[in-house]
Amino acid sequence: MTFAMDLFPDQIIRLALLGQEEEVLGSRTIWVCSSCETCTSRCPNGIDIAGVMDWLKQEAVKQGKAIPEEEVVQFHRFFLESIRARGRLSEARLLRRYNFYKVRHQANLAELKQNMRLGWKLLKRGRVRLTGPPALRGKAEIIKLFKKANL
Amino acid sequence: MKVTYYPGCSLEGTAGDYAASIAGIAPLLNVELVELLDWNCCGASSAHSLSHDLALTLPARNLALAEKEGRDLVAPCALCFNRLKVAEKALKSPEKEGLEFSYRGEIKIWDLLDYFTQEGLLEVLAPKVMHPLTNLRAVCYYGCLAVRPPAVTDKADYENPQNMERLLNILGASPLEWSHKTDCCGAGLAVARPDIIDTLVQRLYDQALAAGADCFVVSCQMCQANLDLSQERIASNIGKDYYLPVFYFTELIGLALGHPKTLKWLSRHLVDPRPLLKNRGLV
Repeated sequence: MTFAMDLFPDQIIRLALLGQEEEVLGSRTIWVCSSCETCTSRCPNGIDIAGVMDWLKQEAVKQGKAIPEEEVVQFHRFFLESIRARGRLSEARLLRRYNFYKVRHQANLAELKQNMRLGWKLLKRGRVRLTGPPALRGKAEIIKLFKKANL
Repeated sequence: MKVTYYPGCSLEGTAGDYAASIAGIAPLLNVELVELLDWNCCGASSAHSLSHDLALTLPARNLALAEKEGRDLVAPCALCFNRLKVAEKALKSPEKEGLEFSYRGEIKIWDLLDYFTQEGLLEVLAPKVMHPLTNLRAVCYYGCLAVRPPAVTDKADYENPQNMERLLNILGASPLEWSHKTDCCGAGLAVARPDIIDTLVQRLYDQALAAGADCFVVSCQMCQANLDLSQERIASNIGKDYYLPVFYFTELIGLALGHPKTLKWLSRHLVDPRPLLKNRGLV
């Protein structure tokens, strides 16, 4: 995964220790980290690196930093929005929202065409659920959890 | 044997094939899956990327519901399993990390592969193998979150898990050694950064081929999606021809035990496994 990172995970840790907030919170690394937990599992110093990445992501958003991987953040936002609405994720809703956002902000026609073809193939194979998830009895409880988290 | 079942959101959508195969083979192993009533999304990567609170409270609600049922809880999705385990650790910590759910931690949380490959169930399964998967050369791909990090998953063999290979041997297939069984496929970055998936997944294809494999076997629907849905795109991007079907381990159980719906489950994959099975004389 390091091929997609602007700072290596060990550099993130070192810079954080040195108080280089701007560099760390503004990095691509924290957003392209897929939380595969390899570094956390293998760190000889027992540092929960993936956990640190999560905290940095949350902090970058909270502090309103300019985020170089805006698409990734938007994807996460749409994901949570879908859970807030129904208690469960609707993949169809998430992808629809994300693709609309993508067209508005950074239209990439080739990619859009590819996604639509893929969507059609999945639809034909019965792998897209068009009706939303069922309404949960605990819907109010879910919304309370979001409010408690200030979301 | 009754167990509480937490399907997770994608098994209600893109991984409907996985869901169908799980429901199909469970009775063959004398397992009754009882879906957790009113379960909610675990929040997956998006919750732990944006909110520490939600990343714990969303799965914690499910654990509280599951404990009331009094049975162990099994999750097919690696992300769900991992988030449920993270919440379990938090709920069992002295301060409960401020969580307001009642949970004593008396039930065990399983990932589906571990559950179906426990000793007792393999003993039920072995004598039922009617159609051994002879000549099917497969690499077992475990991915990340069902095994890592061990402090969360409580797995001893997190660097080199073996239970899928054990299962494949019983089913008569030939699992191959390879070094990428727990490497990352990119998971949820598939939507926002497909280019990253392409690099990671192409590596997996090339490593599987170098090991001499015909196909992948997986237990995580994110892994399945990234390996299956991207294959045509990756092949055309680099001008190479790949044909590597991606089976769920449950589908191979269905095939070997002669479940009549197996070919229907397989027909929902993008990389159609049926030509490979025909070629090997398995259908």
